Amino acid sequence: MSEILLLLTVIVITYITGTVIEKNHYKSIIKREVALVKKPIINAGAKTWNSKKKIKKIELVSGEVVISGDYFKNFAATLKSFFGGRLTSFESVLDRGRREAVIRMRESAKGANFIINTKIESVMINNYYSNNSVPQCAIIAYGTAITYE
Amino acid sequence: MIITNIENIPGMTIVAQYGLVTGSTVRAKNAIKDFGAGLKNIIGGELKSYTELLTEARKEAVERMKMQAKAMGANAVINVRLATSSITAGAAEVYAYGTAVKAEPRG
Repeated sequence: MSEILLLLTVIVITYITGTVIEKNHYKSIIKREVALVKKPIINAGAKTWNSKKKIKKIELVSGEVVISGDYFKNFAATLKSFFGGRLTSFESVLDRGRREAVIRMRESAKGANFIINTKIESVMINNYYSNNSVPQCAIIAYGTAITYE
Repeated sequence: MIITNIENIPGMTIVAQYGLVTGSTVRAKNAIKDFGAGLKNIIGGELKSYTELLTEARKEAVERMKMQAKAMGANAVINVRLATSSITAGAAEVYAYGTAVKAEPRG
């Protein structure tokens, strides 16, 4: 009996903390994305870059983030995967992580005109062989920043 | 040293190629930070200490790649890729690889 009570308490607490953290994170992501519009422009596909303009600086820029779900999300996803379908609780975690990594990359290249060939790399870093482990995802976004004179 | 992840260097001509250079590193944080991250993992949100770990690992991998390129006599590395993998819980591997080249300013 006491075990079930403990589990319920953990689920309720992590539901509250997880929701608050996610809401605040999305708020800050949207705010910073709006502030970064068009400076620098990011481009995901270019393999080469040629320009007549004089180039001042070329460098590799990157942004990293390790994002974690919470216990409630894990519990909800376990229930959901019994029936199948979209696991919306994990979708938002990965979405937040990727957007955060791209924002950090762009912030580290503030003065640049373009960031080209942006790549996003992600890996789960927790021990996924054990039961009930909450996913942790490490995400690196990187690209070449070009600054014109 | 110029590092790019595209196939050329804008405004420069590649005059010599030296082949593949790589750099990799596996790093871990201390037990206290692991414990803190474990608690944070239940609550949810960003794991700041592991983010720091990833940043350090990436810097070190790129630095090792640069050293290898420098030893070959190159002055730039092009087409760089960063790859990550998980070896065990609480450790991060970052692997950087690219082509070492010698480049000269055009014109």
